[in-house]
Amino acid sequence: MRTLYQFHGGVHPPTNKTQSTRTPIAPAPLPGKLVIPFHQHVGNMARPLVKAGNRVLKGQLIGMPEDGVSSAVHASTSGTISAIGMAVVAHASGLPDLCATLIPDGQEEWVTHEGMAYRTAAGADVRLALRLAGVVGLGGAVFPSDLKLRSGKHKIKSLVLNGAECEPYITCDDMLMRERAAEIIRGAEIMRFMLDAEEVLIGIEDNKPEAIAAMQLAAAASDDKMEVIVVPTIYPSGGAKQLMRILTGIEIAAGVRSTEKGMQCFNVATALSIYRALQFGEPLLSRIVTVTGNVRNAQNFEVLIGAPVNELVALADPLPDTNLYIMGGPMMGVPLPSAQVSVVKATNCIIAASDKLFPPPPPALPCIRCTRCAEACPADLQPQELFWFAQSKNFGKAQEYSLFDCIECGACSYVCPSHIPLVQYYRFAKSEIRALEHEQAAADLARERYEFRQSRIERDKQEKAEKLAQKEMTALAARQSAATPEAAADNSAQLRIQAAVEHAREQAAAARPKNIDTLTPRQQAEIAEIEARRAKAREMAHPDAGQPKE
Amino acid sequence: MLTALIVMSGIALVLGAVLGFSAIKFKVEGNPLVDKIDAILPQIQCGQCGYPGCRPYAEAIAAGEADINRCPPGGEEGIRKLADLLGVEFKPFGGGTVQKPKAVAFIDENLCIGCTLCTQACPVDAIAGAAKQMHTIIAPVCTGCELCVAPCPVNCISMVVIEEKITTWKWKYPVYALAPVRRSAFGRAPE
Ligand code: SF4
Ligand code: SF4
Ligand code: SF4
Ligand code: SF4
Repeated sequence: MRTLYQFHGGVHPPTNKTQSTRTPIAPAPLPGKLVIPFHQHVGNMARPLVKAGNRVLKGQLIGMPEDGVSSAVHASTSGTISAIGMAVVAHASGLPDLCATLIPDGQEEWVTHEGMAYRTAAGADVRLALRLAGVVGLGGAVFPSDLKLRSGKHKIKSLVLNGAECEPYITCDDMLMRERAAEIIRGAEIMRFMLDAEEVLIGIEDNKPEAIAAMQLAAAASDDKMEVIVVPTIYPSGGAKQLMRILTGIEIAAGVRSTEKGMQCFNVATALSIYRALQFGEPLLSRIVTVTGNVRNAQNFEVLIGAPVNELVALADPLPDTNLYIMGGPMMGVPLPSAQVSVVKATNCIIAASDKLFPPPPPALPCIRCTRCAEACPADLQPQELFWFAQSKNFGKAQEYSLFDCIECGACSYVCPSHIPLVQYYRFAKSEIRALEHEQAAADLARERYEFRQSRIERDKQEKAEKLAQKEMTALAARQSAATPEAAADNSAQLRIQAAVEHAREQAAAARPKNIDTLTPRQQAEIAEIEARRAKAREMAHPDAGQPKE
Repeated sequence: MLTALIVMSGIALVLGAVLGFSAIKFKVEGNPLVDKIDAILPQIQCGQCGYPGCRPYAEAIAAGEADINRCPPGGEEGIRKLADLLGVEFKPFGGGTVQKPKAVAFIDENLCIGCTLCTQACPVDAIAGAAKQMHTIIAPVCTGCELCVAPCPVNCISMVVIEEKITTWKWKYPVYALAPVRRSAFGRAPE
């Protein structure tokens, strides 16, 4: 028997799970129209590959993952793309986003697809296949799975499979484990292989005995070291860090990644879609959605991505006083802007809400600093301080108190005797901080570009000035030489003349009369006398004789 | 007595030397106050403050020549931060100053004659295009300063307000009912 550990805090809200587990997962009928958003995952929006009017096949890639963190989007069935445009999506903002509208033709005609030999293929190819299959975390985080399956610099010891499903009302993972345990285990084997992990730990809350039995049976048949571990029911045991803490006792501190501690965590439904993607080449086209709450027949459905929520909830027969649909559970879910939006990869549950089921909270009172919220916080934060700083918009302080480690589980709001909507404050503060960081980055970029431009203008000015100076210099030089072109010509003529004169003189000096070799001393004296006379005469004619005249 | 004097003056000398040395060694480049002010200013470089850019305005504030409430893009939040930094009172904007929603410039490329007047006006080089070719705004770096709008001889530049998208959407400040303050036992609201 394995020793289990406890995480800090936690609460026990009524689970309300039995309503939707009475019947098996039912395939939802093909809707009349699918609206498939191109941005269903964490990261960059996928780039549309199709145009209105295109016929697409089931499983055809219609959105290409773009740079870094991103994932692919596919046609969930065969049919015709009737529009690519903005439509309201399942997001708390109620804002529209880019979607493909697909009119199914009812043929369910598949694109050609086949599995891959993931054990022999290169790891990068397997991950690319998962990226192109649009596999993302189905527990609600919708983070691209291929990025989590990189064997990074940290050795992964334990692969944790998250089947805790701690949030009230939601039963999609429970039903999936009951009905498709073998495929989940196959997926776990693939992930263990890719991460080269030593063991697979499968955590399931003790309120799901059927799922535990099915998973145990399937895990026993595996050659890998797998263990199904039954964990006590406490919210939020399904938080990744919380489940890892329960299973291994390892505390993952604020700001630390689980991989640094040798663990990686995946949801059970993600394991199944990884298996189908690699074994059969089937991209992620559908998911299990729990439809529950204020309905007559709460049930789990297998729903195509892009199916409208209103058609889906109609299958569960909502009661007439339903006034709101919540995507996700009552603790962490977000109200849907309308029932016209479509099911996306993150849609694990749709709760029909009414005032009777979820009475509006009593008016809030000031915080009495009872610290019950701090006792309940599974991330071991100080929610009352975070509330104080978020409320006064003291974001720097909120960050100091590890605001970004808050998993928005709502345990604090759940226990707060003053009924303060604490999580709303944390979400507000988080998005303000993100926006401020974005603004700061934009300002820094602008400053940089402005300064660069200033320096460029300065440099240009200098260059211009230098060029001007250069020009002036050459112009000056040109003018000078232009002023004396003849002189220059003269100069060369003079030099030539001079050289010629000198040459002639040398020749003259060298050309000695031939008859002087055999002269008598008297003759020599005569010659010398004559020479002297000549020299005297030359001297008289030119006072500056000796210097040859031009 | 004399030893004490010598020791004390010795210490004074050493400390003085250290101080003098560190003053030279650790001399701060530029003016740190200007940098701090410039870090608060939004870097739109629009010149609405009356200076040719954020940095010149920061310099003017640091020199005590300009008020802290002259930058409309920075908003009241910006004035508050400046007041905090400089230890002065918060000052509201002068009359009529409104903070416009964030926008980027857009060039109607059918009308653009490629005169390059806008590129010369843009303080952050956010306009791409050579002479006699049509010009385009590089939207991610455009600060929305509007300086390119006026110089365009064919009026082909307009400002387009940036609409909120899902990726830029923010959770709103929570609004909810507060319980009425209960009266105290003496029939009066507690102070
Ligand atoms: S539980 Fe509520 S009242 Fe108590 S300290 Fe936390 S926020 Fe304040
Ligand atoms: S919502 Fe955040 S602060 Fe509140 S209990 Fe959960 S983790 Fe802690
Ligand atoms: S008014 Fe414009 S130029 Fe002046 S500081 Fe503000 S953003 Fe910068
Ligand atoms: S493109 Fe126009 S509005 Fe944008 S930063 Fe440049 S000058 Fe300003």
